[in-house]
Amino acid sequence: MEIPAARDPVQAARDAFGEAILHVKHFRGETTVVVAAERLPDLLGFFRGRAGLVYNMLSDVSAVDYFPDDYGDAYDGIQSDYRPERYGVCYHLLSMLYNRRLRIKAFTPAVDPRLPTGTSVFPAANWLEREIADMMGIVFDDHPDPRRLLMPEDWHGHPHRRDYPLGKETVAFSFNVEDIHAHKPFAKD
Amino acid sequence: MAVAAPPQSQAASLEEQRRWEGSIEQLRGLVSDRAVSGDTMLLNMGPHHPSTHGVLRLLLELDGEQIVTCLPDIGFLHTGIEKSIEDKTYEKAVPLTDRMDYLSPMSNNMAYAAAVEKLLDLDVPERAQIIRVVCLELARCASHLVWLGTHAIDMGAMSVLLYAFRERERILGMFEMLSGQRMMSSYIRPGGVWRDVPADFLPTLKQFLNDFPYKVDDYEALLTQNPIWKDRSQGVGVVEPDVALAYGMTGPALRGSGVNWDLRKAQPYSGYETYEFNVPLGDHGDVYDRYLIRIHEFRESLKILQQAVSRLERTQGPTRSENRKYCPPLRSELGQSMEAVIHHFKLWTYGYDAPDDEIYCAIESPRGEIGCYIHGAGTNKPRRVHFKTPSFMHISALPVVSKGYLLADMVAIIGSVDIVLGDCDR
Repeated sequence: MEIPAARDPVQAARDAFGEAILHVKHFRGETTVVVAAERLPDLLGFFRGRAGLVYNMLSDVSAVDYFPDDYGDAYDGIQSDYRPERYGVCYHLLSMLYNRRLRIKAFTPAVDPRLPTGTSVFPAANWLEREIADMMGIVFDDHPDPRRLLMPEDWHGHPHRRDYPLGKETVAFSFNVEDIHAHKPFAKD
Repeated sequence: MAVAAPPQSQAASLEEQRRWEGSIEQLRGLVSDRAVSGDTMLLNMGPHHPSTHGVLRLLLELDGEQIVTCLPDIGFLHTGIEKSIEDKTYEKAVPLTDRMDYLSPMSNNMAYAAAVEKLLDLDVPERAQIIRVVCLELARCASHLVWLGTHAIDMGAMSVLLYAFRERERILGMFEMLSGQRMMSSYIRPGGVWRDVPADFLPTLKQFLNDFPYKVDDYEALLTQNPIWKDRSQGVGVVEPDVALAYGMTGPALRGSGVNWDLRKAQPYSGYETYEFNVPLGDHGDVYDRYLIRIHEFRESLKILQQAVSRLERTQGPTRSENRKYCPPLRSELGQSMEAVIHHFKLWTYGYDAPDDEIYCAIESPRGEIGCYIHGAGTNKPRRVHFKTPSFMHISALPVVSKGYLLADMVAIIGSVDIVLGDCDR
C-alpha cells in the first residue's frame, strides 16, 4: 500500500477552513493551531480523516485558565501567546503514520464557557472532556455523559480554575463529624 | 459498662436508607433500558474489591453473568496533584509526581523532567541519560512484576506473587541505593538525575541482570503453558486495533492488539534510539497476548539494561546539567565559589522562571504513554500542569473492552490492561 506524502497540517487546515483558523504558533518544535470554537469537531474530524494528515489518536485534552491575565486583548507583541478569552482547551493529536503531533486549541470565554464535544470524532475525548468539565467548569455541548468525574457529585466549584484557592477547601466526608463524635466509643468513659 | 444503642424504629431506618439511595432515573441513558425496568441486575464492584487494584468502583449491569454495561467510577484517589503543582516551583513539584503512578515513580519523574527540560530548553548530560535509562527500565521491570503477581492472584494463581515480589524487592533495594527511597525516589529531576550512582550500585545491578532471566523463565514455567491460565485468558477481553486507537489505549494494551507503537522507538527520548531492543507485538489483542507482551518486555528491558551497564562503565562526567541558572551546584562547590552560593540560594528559594508558553511531552511508561502538559506563566510557578496518564485512558476504555464478557472475566480484563488508580486519579 502506498502511503500518501505528509501534508503541512497548518496549510491544509487553512485551505479547507480559512477563517476558522485564528492563529498558529510554533514553540519548541510543537505546532499549535488556534481554531474557532464552533468548528472544533469539524476540524478534529478533518485532521483525523484526511489523507496526508491522519492524526489518528487523541493523546490528551487539557485545559488552561488564563485568569487573571489581561486575556481580553488580542496578540499585542508583549504576551508570547494569543489569548482572546479566559479558558483555552488543547486537543493533543498524534499521527502514528507520520510520527508527529499537533495541538488544536480553542478558547472559550469566562462567562458561560462552553465548547462542542469532540467525542463523536475521538471516543477517547469522553473522559478527558469530562475531567475538564469537572475540574475547569467548561461545558461540553452534546457530551454523552456530562457527570462529574473526579470530584464528588455534590462538590461546589471547579478546582483547577486559577481563582479557586488551594488549601481552603472543606475536608471531604466531614459533614457528619458531630454525629460521629457523639456516637463513637471514645476511651474517655 | 456498655450501653446498647436505643432500638430504632423500622420506619426511621428505612427513611434513613432512602436518603442515601439514588434513584435509578439518574442512570437513565447510561445503562440499558432493561436495567431501568429491572430486567437486568445492577451490581457494584468495588470500591474496595481486591481485584480492582486500588479504589475503583465499577457499576456493572449484568444479564445473568454477562456484562451488559460497565460504568467505572473513579476519583477516590484524587489528591489534586496537578493543582498542588501550580503552587510549587518547578523543582519542588518532582516529589508530587512520584505519587501518581506509585508502581513506577521513575516514569512519572521522567515525564515531568522531560517536559520541564523541553519548556526550558535544558540540556541533559550523557551520563545522566544513561542512568535515566537504567532507572526507567528497572522501573518497568518492577512495575511489570507487581502487575504479574497481582494479575495472577486475580486469576487464581496464588504463588506467582511471592516470586514476583521477591525480585521486585531487589529492584526497590537498588532504588534505595540510588535515591535513599525504595519507592518515592524523586531521583530523575529536570536537567539530569539527583546524583551519580553509588559505587556498589553497578555490581548489584550486574548480579540482578545475571539472575533475572532465569526468574522470568520461572514465571513463564508457572503460567505460559498452564491450561487453566490459558483457559482464563485466551479469547477474553479482545480489543480490536481500531477500538484501542479510538479509545486512546497505549503501551502493552495497544501492542497486544498488534499496533506497533512504542514511544521509545517512535519518538525516542533519553537516548533510547541508540539501544538495540525489540518491541513485542500481539496477534489477538486478548488478555493472554497482553500477558505475553509484558513477559517479553522483561527480556527486552534486560537487553537495554545490559547495554546501559556497559555504557555506564565507559562514561564519566556530570550527572546533571551544568546550566547553573536551572540546576543547583554541587555541595562541594559551595565552600569555594561565591557564585555557587548565590545560585544555590536562588534556586532553592525562588527557583527559576519558565517561559509563558505551553509544551506537551510524552514518554513510554510501563503502562503506556504518560504525557505531561506544562503551561508556564513567565514566573517560577507553572500556570497549569496536566498529566495524561495511561491508566485513565484504559479505565475509560473498560466499558468497550468488557462488554459481553462474563463477570469473572472482568477481573482478568482489569488486570490485563494494568491500571493503577493513583495514576488514574492523580
